[in-house]
Amino acid sequence: MKRYILVSGAFLVVLLALAFLSLAIGGFGDPPSNVLSALAGGDDRFTVVRLRLPRLVLAVLVGACLGIAGTVFQTLLGNPLASPDLIGVSQGASAAAAGAFLLGGLSGPAVSVAAFAGALVVAAIITVLSWRNGISSYRFVLIGIGIAFLVQAFLGYLLTRADLKEAQGALVWLVGSIGTPGWDEIGITAILAGVLALSMLPLRPALRMLQLGDDTATGLGVSVTRSRALLTVVAVGFAAIAVAVAGPVLFVAFVAGPIARRVVRSSEASLVASALVGAVVVVAADFLGQRALGDARVPVGVVTSLVGAPYLLWLLARDNRSRGTA
Amino acid sequence: MTNHELRAEGITVGYDEREVLSMLDLTVPDGKTTVIVGPNACGKSTLLRTLARLLRPTGGVVSLDQRPVQQYRGKHLATILGLLPQQPIAPDGITVSDLVARGRYPRQGLLGQRTAADSAAVAAALLATDTVDLADRRIEELSGGQRQRVWIAMALAQQADILLLDEPTTFLDVTHQIEVLDLLVDLNRREGTTIVMVLHDLNLAARYADHLIVMSAGRIVAQGTPREVITTEIVRESFALESTIIEDPVSASPMVVPIGRFHSPS
Repeated sequence: MKRYILVSGAFLVVLLALAFLSLAIGGFGDPPSNVLSALAGGDDRFTVVRLRLPRLVLAVLVGACLGIAGTVFQTLLGNPLASPDLIGVSQGASAAAAGAFLLGGLSGPAVSVAAFAGALVVAAIITVLSWRNGISSYRFVLIGIGIAFLVQAFLGYLLTRADLKEAQGALVWLVGSIGTPGWDEIGITAILAGVLALSMLPLRPALRMLQLGDDTATGLGVSVTRSRALLTVVAVGFAAIAVAVAGPVLFVAFVAGPIARRVVRSSEASLVASALVGAVVVVAADFLGQRALGDARVPVGVVTSLVGAPYLLWLLARDNRSRGTA
Repeated sequence: MTNHELRAEGITVGYDEREVLSMLDLTVPDGKTTVIVGPNACGKSTLLRTLARLLRPTGGVVSLDQRPVQQYRGKHLATILGLLPQQPIAPDGITVSDLVARGRYPRQGLLGQRTAADSAAVAAALLATDTVDLADRRIEELSGGQRQRVWIAMALAQQADILLLDEPTTFLDVTHQIEVLDLLVDLNRREGTTIVMVLHDLNLAARYADHLIVMSAGRIVAQGTPREVITTEIVRESFALESTIIEDPVSASPMVVPIGRFHSPS
């Protein structure tokens, strides 16, 4: 427990340092002479407060939401591969958001709602297809990966059908990027994330118990089906609100939980630590995407994929080795 | 003492099309140790899982204190009826004390806050199962026997009055089988906990059971004290095995000595 607080504190410090860096030398405009004075209303107020601060705040929110979503999914299914960005939940949210934007001409909260619906539909489809006297996480993940391809194809179709200007606006849902969000957009995302976080509180003890398997959890008084359903809906919600504003920033949900758990050295799904790791990853990736390659600016989703994909390969290679030739 | 009545009335349970239990009646003797035996696929695990409300019978009803178990709130039922599945899953990296503390879930509030009563119960459970020294170890570092003691400690922390165990001695060598079964006797005598378990070994079952249930093909073939139940006829009917029954020189319980094609009394 003490280690948990200590580690979370350390992540918070890293996050603050990264935040400061992003504000000082992040993308768009020249480096301000003094970030603090700019925040207080000094010379470079426009660059810092109007351009960089919203971007930073949204990056933190998106990362935290993806971190929690990934950890809940991975814990529920007892499988590190079961994160929403691998099993098609994020893609479902993306496709629905893009569809709402391109076909329905919607924007703002309506896009979030569409993303949530899309992600929920994907989660439901995977559950139904993989259900055979209960959930097998192996089947769930494989079917999810298949669904992810399908949904991705649908998204590609939507984009090619759209006219060039609109497609440009929907491109965010293809790669994941943060852009320069307005405060209203950030506010809505923050409120939704807050509501989801609150609804997570009473579900957390049941999530811990589900780690022991459905039989033991039932024996200890967890209503397994109900808890699983509620936790899935909340996790889908977290993934959806992040994807609605930033697209499928791939691999963040996938890596946040395992990193948090390894550092905290706990068996538990450390949701706060996962949220912090997710935020650190997205802020760092966005910073790199904006600054590392000189003038070429790369969307955050490209950077997270560059970092996350090797981890996936490593995980698969290690799993194969420990299981022999299976 | 506990004073609960766990009962199955005319239960029929099936997976898909196959009927595993048909019209089975059972009243679990309160405060006693009941052992269920039978050949593979006779439905003994299914019976235990149905009593533990892991399976819902397609016909009949399992009731606790005259009320169907499905009508109880999960957490409330778990304070009375505990369960140790055959192969419980421990999350990666979990420590013994953390695992045992999870047995307190049914007695904790909505947000799972820990109380002094929780800590006391965990400490008592570690003490009773002789796992105090293991408290900070990780589960995966333990031997099979130690691990099983830890799982029993978790069930103890739950402080349920009735404890159901599905083959608690599988995968253990004979030393640890005896150790685990003795631990359950302790629990039964000290706390008056009603114990119902499925065992594979007939002779250990006869030694540890107050009440022995022999099953075959989804039915109860015989039940009663081991002396009443263990006869050559019953063993033949249930296990399709010829045998001689002698007295266990250590516990004076009946002991089944199997007869095979190459070994028979001459």
